[in-house]
Amino acid sequence: MSRVLELDRISAGYGETEILHGVDLHVDKGEIVVIVGPNGAGKSTAMKAVFGLLNITRGQIRLASEEITNTPPQKVVTKGVAYVPQSANVFVSLSVEENLEMGAYVSNEDPAPRIGEIYELFPPLREKWRQPAGSLSGGQRQMVAMGKALMLHPKILLLDEPTAGLSPKYRGEIFQIVKDINAAGATILMVEQNAKQALAIAHRGYVLVDGANRHTGTGAGLIADEEVARMFLGGGRA
Amino acid sequence: MMMEFLNFYLIPGVVLGCIYALGAIGISLTFGILRFSNFAHGDTMTLGVYITLSLIHLTGLHPLAVAPVAMAITAVLVLGMDRAFFKPFRQSPTIMMVIASFGLMLMIRSVIQFFWGVQLQALQTGIARPWVLLDSFRILPKHVLIIGATAVLMMAVHLLLTRTKIGKAMRATSDNPELAALTGIDTEQVIRATWIMGASLAVAAGVFLGLDTHVETMMGFKLLLPMFAAAILGGIGKPYGAVAGGLVIGIAEELSAYPWIGTVPLLPPGYKAGVAFAIMVAMLIWRPQGLFRGRQF
Repeated sequence: MSRVLELDRISAGYGETEILHGVDLHVDKGEIVVIVGPNGAGKSTAMKAVFGLLNITRGQIRLASEEITNTPPQKVVTKGVAYVPQSANVFVSLSVEENLEMGAYVSNEDPAPRIGEIYELFPPLREKWRQPAGSLSGGQRQMVAMGKALMLHPKILLLDEPTAGLSPKYRGEIFQIVKDINAAGATILMVEQNAKQALAIAHRGYVLVDGANRHTGTGAGLIADEEVARMFLGGGRA
Repeated sequence: MMMEFLNFYLIPGVVLGCIYALGAIGISLTFGILRFSNFAHGDTMTLGVYITLSLIHLTGLHPLAVAPVAMAITAVLVLGMDRAFFKPFRQSPTIMMVIASFGLMLMIRSVIQFFWGVQLQALQTGIARPWVLLDSFRILPKHVLIIGATAVLMMAVHLLLTRTKIGKAMRATSDNPELAALTGIDTEQVIRATWIMGASLAVAAGVFLGLDTHVETMMGFKLLLPMFAAAILGGIGKPYGAVAGGLVIGIAEELSAYPWIGTVPLLPPGYKAGVAFAIMVAMLIWRPQGLFRGRQF
């Protein structure tokens, strides 16, 4: 398996505040990798670091074998990384179809054929193509956000808590979608609060605590790990 | 009575509304995309009108024939101003850009006054006779021209915003600038397009105002308040809202002087400007997101 993304002892933060202290992480082609951990552990921060959204003070980030440490977001997009933020991840006043078109902004090719493929992947969007994305349900908005991110066949898709704020019913649906788009060929790095469900569909997972690696293993392995279970999976949340 | 209402209140209201609407699109888009209130917008308009005036003197053509050239020249000048005055503040707090725009506003006006003088001027001379239809419906040819040209410009704006890639990117950026950057939209390209569009429409609005009344160095500044009121009414960052807001404010201002009760004007015409102000204050208090749910101030 070829390595798509590698974080090599990354330290990063906002301004003076360091949040990540030497985090190691990698994603291989075709994998779903999940980052879990308590609030404030730096899960989303790790993802934002990949996307050039904060200052990396030490370490290296490599996409395939190219170094992309501290590359600005607009450049990272053209290199084949797509990022779906946790909230406000669709253009609410643009139609579903226009959102998808914007996903292909950096390309000069006609986006229409790819939009057709995205509709195959997310059938509910086809009927609602003319509606403003803001008028859609939470689950369908996530479909738009993911569809938009998939427009240019990214090497890796970064999902920041895709089920945040969704009801349990939609949560299951979103995890199923993540599985489906992975099966369709997308490599995915995902941050999730609903750790158990997320790990259940993941090939591998990382547990971050206080901005550093705590546990690493296969999705099933982490679910089975007693300490991990006690720390994050208990309490009947998932 | 009905015809008097149409001829002397509603038609002038629509004309004024067209002018406000064209000006407000630029204010609204600048706020949505660059995220600051551009106080220099009014004086950009004035600058374009004076360039039009010079072009008329130079060529002897009709104002509307030379207006597109003036729009293009002004757009280029505004791009230069963006480079010099706003680009250095892109990452700074909004207030820096607002203050920069305030300074720029004073500078543009001084330059205009220096080169063109402060006396009243006219884009067109001679007396305009209204067309009379159906015995008593009277409309000035220039009003037909202004309403017609505004309709054409609005249609062009609509097509640009909904059919072209850059137009969609402008709407996307106005909707959510952070997401636009994460999506890979070239923000600087969108900003340039915004300036070009805003400046061109402002110049068009100014030329229409000059045709309707006269040309003077404070004309753009005086329009700033109703244009902001229109942008707020329509919801900041919503170009269509700005159009609706402009029409509402223009018509409301003119209708406020109509003798709704008895035979005297409801409001003395001198208070017209207060109508826009009152609407703006009321919106900011009760519905700051505007009629069309734009961004809040």
